[in-house]
Amino acid sequence: MSTALEIEGLRKTYGNRFEALKGIDMRVDEGDFFALLGPNGAGKSTTIGIITSLVNKTAGKVRVFDADLDSEPMRVKRYLGLVPQEFNFNQFEPVEEIVLNQGGYYGVEPKLARERCEWALKKLGLWEKRHGMARMLSGGMKRRLMIARSLVHEPRLLILDEPTAGVDIELRRSMWRFLREVNDSGTTIILTTHYLEEAEMLCRNVAIIDHGNIIENTSIKALIQKLDRETFVLDLRAPIASAPTLECGYPLRLVDPQTLEVEVHRDQGLNNVFSELGKAGLEVISMRNKANRLEELFLDLVKNGGSA
Amino acid sequence: MSGKWRHYQIAFNTIFIKEIRRFARIWVQTILPPVITTALYFVIFGQLIGSQLAPIDGYRYMDYIVPGLILMSIITNSYANVVSSFYGSKFGRHVEELIISPIPYSLIVIGYVAGGVARGLIVGLMVTLVAAFFTDLHLHNLSVTLSVVLLTSILFALGGFINAIYANSFDDITIIPTFVLTPLTYLGGIFYSVAMLPEFWQKLSLANPILYMVNTFRYGLLGVSDIDLTVAYSVILAFIAALYGFSLFLLKKGIGTRS
Repeated sequence: MSTALEIEGLRKTYGNRFEALKGIDMRVDEGDFFALLGPNGAGKSTTIGIITSLVNKTAGKVRVFDADLDSEPMRVKRYLGLVPQEFNFNQFEPVEEIVLNQGGYYGVEPKLARERCEWALKKLGLWEKRHGMARMLSGGMKRRLMIARSLVHEPRLLILDEPTAGVDIELRRSMWRFLREVNDSGTTIILTTHYLEEAEMLCRNVAIIDHGNIIENTSIKALIQKLDRETFVLDLRAPIASAPTLECGYPLRLVDPQTLEVEVHRDQGLNNVFSELGKAGLEVISMRNKANRLEELFLDLVKNGGSA
Repeated sequence: MSGKWRHYQIAFNTIFIKEIRRFARIWVQTILPPVITTALYFVIFGQLIGSQLAPIDGYRYMDYIVPGLILMSIITNSYANVVSSFYGSKFGRHVEELIISPIPYSLIVIGYVAGGVARGLIVGLMVTLVAAFFTDLHLHNLSVTLSVVLLTSILFALGGFINAIYANSFDDITIIPTFVLTPLTYLGGIFYSVAMLPEFWQKLSLANPILYMVNTFRYGLLGVSDIDLTVAYSVILAFIAALYGFSLFLLKKGIGTRS
């Protein structure tokens, strides 16, 4: 399998001496759906900025499909597509023109650019709006416009910097479906997001960046396995006055008269909990994770600087 | 045409057409005002005041100032188009579309300059048509007239590009036109011949590049000039080369466009 992105010793120190990246190494395989996670100010956008030539690096190497950013910047640029965090299109241009212009910048023949533009706008539900000014679109539509724009030159590596920020859940799910389709067609995708269930749902591999260092770089599956405990919320059919004590020793907490919380270690099962609650005459009508599993792990990792 | 050159041709066309669409979409702000302003110059300075003045170099005052007024509109519009468009793209962050694309920096400069030249020439043509209502237009040398119009427009479009790169606010894109460009234009011999000035001011005027352009254009239309044409072309071409080189340097370094 070839490498879509390889970063070695990447450093960035801004003019105000703020060290945004402290020598990170990262590798993304071709065809991967890769999550780049981290809290605000961790260095995600700086990393993306350097890969896409929007930020000058201080030191280090960046290679995209074996093209070196220093010696072959045009080849690197040709491979990349970017959906940035903030709207960066001319709000006073018609939707269709924004997508077609992007094709033009990449040298896509006008006829082909029109075909791809039509496909992307239809797929993303913007075809009816193609003649309208971009400023008239809703926030969610503007995000979809940036995705359509990024695809018109068929990039091999698509970088999505918080593409679903502020988008309602229904729309977010339809964008996930579309992005999966794009990934299935062979496009490597790097995604940064604050919605960790999004990363868990879409991505196969992940890097977590914090204070300019990569503190974790593994598969989502391996990362989830690091999680040693989970908290479940149990909804009861009838109200109770206090939380019962379980013989198996699992800690129970009464959130409200009809809701219990139980913390379970990775090696423990839930059967004992249900069986003992049954014996105590309590009927559980539904159950859910208290927080997204990845979210719990992410918070642990960031708090402990890399060890969950 | 090879793939690379075809790509560059498509990219240039995209930037150029985008620029033309931009100023055409807001023609009431971009094309109309300079035409009205110049018409007022013709009426006030040419007809009302000019009719009281003696001829210069054998031409009526009105006829004498026509070349300068046409060139002034070309200068200000070529400059204004690029400075406002490129700064606007920085302000709206859509300059990022260009920076991340595989377009050589030279092509970005040339594309924006071509847009500025297009607006400068369209406004210049409109002003020339207005001038035809007030005076009999002369044409002494077509090639000199066209070449100096084109070169002047290129030079000031490049100036606008550099101004836009350094600008951090909308104030910054009006400071240079107001405090540098306008005084140099007015002191560049549009309304008078430098031969009318005392010797010291005549020599000082030679440091003003606009003087060379106005006089070359006046030569093209009327056949009279205060400046030797070879010197004038050399100065204009030297300025174009210097500003183009500086624009490329700024883009490559990422000054004003990258962190």
